[in-house]
Amino acid sequence: MNKAQEVKKDVVVLFAGDSGDGIQLVGSQFTSTTALYGNDVSTFPNFPAEIRAPQGTLPGVSGFQLHFGSVEITTSGDACDVLVVMNSAALKANIRQLKQGGIIIANSDGFNPKDLKLAKYPEGVNPLKDGSLEKFKVHEIDITKLTRTCLEGSGMGTKETDRSKNMFVLGFIYWMYNRSLDGTIEFLKEQFKKRPELIDANVKVLKAGYNYGDTTETPMTRYEVKPAPMPKGTYRSITGNQATALALIAASQKAGVTLFYGSYPITPASDILHELSKHKNYGVKTFQAEDEIAAVTSAIGASFGGNLGVTASSGPGIALKAEAIGLALMLELPLVICNIQRGGPSTGLPTKTEQSDLLQALYGRNGESPAVVLAANSPSDCFTMAYEACRIAIEHMTPVFFLSDGYIANGAEPWRFPQAKDLKAISVKYAEKNFSEGEKFLPYKRNEKLARSWAIPGTKGLEHRIGGLEKENETGNISYDPENHEFMTKMRTARIEKIADYIPLQTIDNGKEKGKLLVLGWGSTYGAIRTAVKELIAEGYDVANAHVKYMHPLPKNLGNIVKNFEKVLIPEMNNGQFIKIIRDKFLVDAIGFNKIKGIPFASGEIKNKVIELIGK
Amino acid sequence: MSVATEQKLTAKDFITDQEVRWCPGCGDYSILKQVQTVMPELGLKREEIVFVSGIGCSSRFPYYMETYGMHSIHGRATAIASGLKATRPELSVWIVTGDGDSLSIGGNHLIHLLRRNFDVNILLFNNEIYGLTKGQYSPTSPEGQVTKSTPLGSIDHPFNPLALCLGADSTFIARTMDRDPLHLRTILKRAHQHKGTSLVEIYQNCNVFNDGSFEIFTEKATKKLNTVFIENGKPLIFGENNDKGIKLDGLTPVVIDIKDSSANDLWIHDEKDRTKASILTRLFDNPEKENHLPRPFGIFYSEDRITYENALIAQIEDAIKSKGKGDLDALLKGKNIWEI
Repeated sequence: MNKAQEVKKDVVVLFAGDSGDGIQLVGSQFTSTTALYGNDVSTFPNFPAEIRAPQGTLPGVSGFQLHFGSVEITTSGDACDVLVVMNSAALKANIRQLKQGGIIIANSDGFNPKDLKLAKYPEGVNPLKDGSLEKFKVHEIDITKLTRTCLEGSGMGTKETDRSKNMFVLGFIYWMYNRSLDGTIEFLKEQFKKRPELIDANVKVLKAGYNYGDTTETPMTRYEVKPAPMPKGTYRSITGNQATALALIAASQKAGVTLFYGSYPITPASDILHELSKHKNYGVKTFQAEDEIAAVTSAIGASFGGNLGVTASSGPGIALKAEAIGLALMLELPLVICNIQRGGPSTGLPTKTEQSDLLQALYGRNGESPAVVLAANSPSDCFTMAYEACRIAIEHMTPVFFLSDGYIANGAEPWRFPQAKDLKAISVKYAEKNFSEGEKFLPYKRNEKLARSWAIPGTKGLEHRIGGLEKENETGNISYDPENHEFMTKMRTARIEKIADYIPLQTIDNGKEKGKLLVLGWGSTYGAIRTAVKELIAEGYDVANAHVKYMHPLPKNLGNIVKNFEKVLIPEMNNGQFIKIIRDKFLVDAIGFNKIKGIPFASGEIKNKVIELIGK
Repeated sequence: MSVATEQKLTAKDFITDQEVRWCPGCGDYSILKQVQTVMPELGLKREEIVFVSGIGCSSRFPYYMETYGMHSIHGRATAIASGLKATRPELSVWIVTGDGDSLSIGGNHLIHLLRRNFDVNILLFNNEIYGLTKGQYSPTSPEGQVTKSTPLGSIDHPFNPLALCLGADSTFIARTMDRDPLHLRTILKRAHQHKGTSLVEIYQNCNVFNDGSFEIFTEKATKKLNTVFIENGKPLIFGENNDKGIKLDGLTPVVIDIKDSSANDLWIHDEKDRTKASILTRLFDNPEKENHLPRPFGIFYSEDRITYENALIAQIEDAIKSKGKGDLDALLKGKNIWEI
């Protein structure tokens, strides 16, 4: 049967199903395949906090949104063009995400009376049958039945057979977008190396899904999304957490300092631990500590020993680490603290994204305790900024926060990865015994960066004691002297401020240097802001955007940039945190735009807000 | 010593220029002295030694040792030392902690350090009181103890530190006291020699807030009757004239008169016997109780088990052997790439 072909610039697909349906796998496979094909792509896995919430219910719905195109893609998409649902709950939970006229691919078996009831549809109501979906193109496919038929005679039980349903969906979507099955087949071979019968079964179902598209009598459209004109180079797909892990290893290799990673499992940071623990042949030492406090303090012990101590967590865990971070700050030792932010406060929304730990990173410790804070703005930018965090920690002998969040940590995008030789050098200077006999080693003597030297145990003649008590300038001996305490407090601030001399100046991402409105962002809102501002500029609006990655100290020219605009809009996925800093630092009457829903901004929301503020 | 130029270190070489600020008469002075005396006998260079402490009176210790040192935060010395030892296995790492620091705020890290078995030495100064915060009861204070925070007497059941540590699968547990320098030094040396976590509980007198809490074990007049010094391979004998012994009646320790029994009846201490070590830790009677059993001092238990740092290194070496030494470009590239 002839099928219609349509060319699309970009498409947003949302896969949704029960958390046991293998939705995340479908999403990540489609991402790899489509990225390999040459599309630009951005993804947004969205899953429940419960591992297996009751089957078929709304809390149990797991989703994976993916935006790909032949144009630059910077967000996982506002609304979706295609919604794939494995059951009634998945439809109910996600239908409002679907564009008018969008396509629904529904597993009709998931709309039986039991599933409809679990999804809390009123008795006798089936959205597939009652006309409520008439604004959309609905394709009902009995995926369960087709999968079972396909595996008939395979000797597999129903339960096992049904686990391959996701491969049918994937195969069908591959057909819709003309994608090769090869990557996934390779993946399945690797995944089920030890159970060849599962390779056969899954490949068979995958192909059946693809062939279904070819053979079905139902009129269906196939779409063509051409490769994106991205800068020339070699690409791979990467998630933010993977990029973070790679950056830590890369920094340790470039600096010639062993990486010690102390961590306690927490969503959404655990994947960094998983990734690092795979790379022991890089000399990486991973340590799953007994709690968050031991995770950070073991890293401090490692840094004292001359290794690069790194710890990671999310908000609640960072709260537990606060006292120890204060210690690292007093000890003036390198320490990288990754905070993969999630919805808070307290346990909050473990699997949802938020940017609400900025003030925690800046101020969440007792005493005057300034720390360096960096923030990544996309999955691949996690590599750049986590690497920078390591560089600054080592070169300036200080704790550095690296902020990421659930959206970019789990989201993926194509990454034009660097070559090792092109990475910025990290200079490590261990203290040496370069003073004469009779003189004492001064552990808190400072260099031109106001950083003390790294005197590691084992070095003859540099035996010294450091601790959390206030210390005398240079000697590091305990001191309760009032003048000294004020001096040291100011010194600890000055040495962090000094780092502004060693970071890049702020640039404007889109638009002119002066104008009506600047959209000033930080962190994972980058994609949505960039898309919105590019479109607005194309539509003739006098708007620009800048995205801050060095949150403390701020780039030295940021004040000037901000003051060049009549209005400054700061969109944040929190109740207004960065805006406090900007107002405080530059006395600018910035306007906040806040979304606190556990989901990222849509670029449309930002566009509308800008138009509301400056009009046509 | 083959290196003639290396001068042999003495106790003096381990004294820092910092004024020692414990209260006059504190048991900590004696412990510091014995540690400084033992250090030169361990065959280590000063730069290879690190003292890590938490918070509390005892935790000032590192400032007084001319080695590397860190005075950290409350309860975390054990975790800091774990990270240090994991990354620098060649260093000799000593943790100085108190009953509050290690058993209360740092209880969690202590038990996990013990089960992991890093090759470090823990000196647990037990004075059954909070000294630095000026006299509140601690997790080892006996029930009924009147302190600033328990004017009507403590209702907390105390920890039995060695039983706790043995329960956490410690590979070396010992008890000694500030008032017996020779015994203290012997135990310190053995702790150093043990490959794995050595937990040494040191009864230490706080003469300001809890004076005399261990008097019955440390003072000449009562020591012999109330303590039993255990040595590997030797019978458990104590008493004014070494006239009493302990035998096991099933799993119950019983005091016997040596004259009335044959030597075969006596409990012969075996450091490798975990079951008996467990019984030994339970010789923990309140010394005021009538017919109480004597409190044991010495090495209760010692076991060889792979250290965490060795297992960690072995895993890394295996990974390098099977996958080759990591190449950064290969890592950045990953498995699936495409050209544009």
